[in-house]
Amino acid sequence: MSDTVDEAAADEQAPDDEAPDLVYGAPRTEVRGQQVIHPRRDEWRRTALELLNDGWNMCMDVTAVDYGTYGPGRDLPTGVDPERFEVVVSLLSYERRERLRVRIQVPEDDPTVDSLYAVYPGTDFLEREVFDLFGITFSGHPDLSRILMPETWEGHPLRKDYSTGAIPVQFKAPSQ
Amino acid sequence: MTVTDQESTMDNTTVDTGLAEGKGQLHLLPRRDAVLRMSEVAAAAAIDGELLPEENDQTMIVNMGPVHPSTHGVLRLMLELDGETVRRSKPIIGYLHTGMEKTGESLTYLQGPTNVTRMDYASPLFNELVFSMAVEELLGLELPPRAVWIRTLMCELNRISSHLLSMATGGMDIGAVSMMIYGWREREQVLRFFQKVTGLRMNHNYIRPGGVAADLPDDWEADLTALMDMLPPRLEEYDVLMTGQPIWRDRLQGVGVISQQEAIALSATGPVLRSTGVSWDLRRDMPYLVYDELEFDVLVGSYGDAFDRYAIRLNEIRESIRIVRQIIEKMPLGDYRIQDAKVTPPPRARIDESMEALIHHFKLFTEGFKVPEGEVYVAVESPRGELGCYLVSDGGPKPYRMHIRGPSFVNLQVMPHMMADGFLADAVAVIASVDPVLGEVDR
Repeated sequence: MSDTVDEAAADEQAPDDEAPDLVYGAPRTEVRGQQVIHPRRDEWRRTALELLNDGWNMCMDVTAVDYGTYGPGRDLPTGVDPERFEVVVSLLSYERRERLRVRIQVPEDDPTVDSLYAVYPGTDFLEREVFDLFGITFSGHPDLSRILMPETWEGHPLRKDYSTGAIPVQFKAPSQ
Repeated sequence: MTVTDQESTMDNTTVDTGLAEGKGQLHLLPRRDAVLRMSEVAAAAAIDGELLPEENDQTMIVNMGPVHPSTHGVLRLMLELDGETVRRSKPIIGYLHTGMEKTGESLTYLQGPTNVTRMDYASPLFNELVFSMAVEELLGLELPPRAVWIRTLMCELNRISSHLLSMATGGMDIGAVSMMIYGWREREQVLRFFQKVTGLRMNHNYIRPGGVAADLPDDWEADLTALMDMLPPRLEEYDVLMTGQPIWRDRLQGVGVISQQEAIALSATGPVLRSTGVSWDLRRDMPYLVYDELEFDVLVGSYGDAFDRYAIRLNEIRESIRIVRQIIEKMPLGDYRIQDAKVTPPPRARIDESMEALIHHFKLFTEGFKVPEGEVYVAVESPRGELGCYLVSDGGPKPYRMHIRGPSFVNLQVMPHMMADGFLADAVAVIASVDPVLGEVDR
C-alpha cells in the first residue's frame, strides 16, 4: 500500500514516483480506513462484473459529485486524471462485511457512464436520480428518465453552475 | 399519439444491457418485466382510452395516488390492471422533492442536521446521526462516551416510535382501523420523552456534530423505565389484535413475496431484506455507536412476505426495548458533547466571563467550523434499512456535496416485483409492508 493516502495528506496527490497499487485493474487508495478504487470509465462495466464475481454482492449507493468549483486538489492516485464529474458507487460485501467505494471520473464534454443495471439491478432508481440531478447519462439503462424533477424540467439542479433559485425581489427606487 | 410512437417508448425493456444473460444479477429477477417502463405521456394517452400497443382492451392503466390515503404520503403508483390483478407497475415519486441535498450545500455543518432531520420524518434522529457521524469522521473527532450512549439510546427509542407508526398506518391500510389509534397512542408516549429531552416531538436537531445538543433531563431513568414497562403489555395487545388474527394473516401471508436473490439484487435493506432470511443488520455486522457492547437479536423472516416484514418490525420493537433497558443500566457519566471550542459552542455561562468564549461562540454561529478536505461514506441501520451519508468537503465551513442514501428510496424499487400478478387490494398491503417514508424518498 505504497500510495495509501493517509488522513493528514488527504488533500495532496499521491507521490508521483511510486507506482499505484492496483486492484481489479484499477488504482486503489485508502481514505480514513475506507477502500476506494478508481477504475477507468471505458472499462467500468467489466470492472463491475469482476467486482460482483469477487463477492461485492450489493450495490448500496450510486451518486455523483460535480467538482467544477472545487478549490483544493483532489486525492486521486497517480494516473487518474481529474474530470469535472465523478460518479461514486458504494459496494458492499455482506459475507466479508466490507465496503468498497468506486470513483469514476466523467468528463464534462461527454458525461456518459456505462449503466450498472445489468450487473446490479438495484441501481435503477439511483442512476435515474444521478441522471436527473447531474445530467450524467448511463448507457444501457432501460428507462433513463427524470425521477425527482418533473419530466419537462430543464437543467440539472445539483450541478454547481445551477443556482439555488432565489426568488428575485424588486426593490422600488426611493421616492424623490 | 400514434401507436408506433408508443411502441418506441414502451419497447425500452429490451435495451441491450451489454452483458450476456446470467453474467450480472439481472437474471436473478424473474419478474423484471413487472416494472412498467412507460413515460407519463404514454400513460396519459393510455388512460384517455387509447390502447396499449401490445395489449388488447383487457388491461388498463390506473393511477394510485399521490393523494391516496394508503400511499404513506405522496407516493404515486402507475398500475397496469387486468381486472383486479396488477400486471406491471411503476412508482412515480418526486412530489416532495425540495432539493435538500442542494440546500445542504449552502448550510454550515452546524446547520446541516436541521436540514437532514426533515428527510425521514418518522425517524429524524437517524438522519441527524448519520450526518453528524460523517462530519465527525472527516474531522477525526472522538466523542465522549456519554454522548455516544445518549445517541444510541435516542436512536433506539426512535426505532420504537418509527415502528409503532408503521404498525399504526400499516394496520389501518389493511383494515385494522383501531390499530391506527393504538399505534399513535404508544408512539405519542415516546415522542413525549423526545419532547422532554430535545424540546421537540419531531425534527429535533438534537444529534449534532460533536455530540448531542443537551444532556438528558434529571429524571430520565424513571421516565424511560415507566415507558419500557408500559410498552410490552401493549405489544401483547397488538399480538391479539393483529398477529393472531385469521383475517390479518390472510391479508398478509403469502402477499408481496420476494426471494432472497431478488432482495439482494435490488439492493433492498432493512426489514425488506431481513424478511427474506438474510441476516444483515449494520448494528451487528458493522457496529457503530456502542452496539458492540449491547446484547440484541437480529430478526429474520423465512418467506419474504408482508407478514414477515410486519412480524420483524413488531419484534424489533421488543429488541429495542431490550436495548434501552441495557442502556439505562450502563449509561456512563460525563460530557454529552465534545469540549472542543472549535466544534461545539462554549457553555452559556462562559460567554459572560471569557472574551475567547464569546469569539468562539460568534465564529461558530456566523461562519461555522471548517472541516478538512476529503470524502467519506458513513452508514447506519435506520428502521427502514441502510441510511448512508456521502459527504465531500473542500475544507470550508459548508459541505461541498452532501448525499443521503435513503433506504426508502432504494426499497421502492422492490414494489413492482412484489405487486406483480397480485390483487390490487394486496398492492396496499405491499406498500404498508415496505413502509416507505416519502420525505426520504424525494428529499
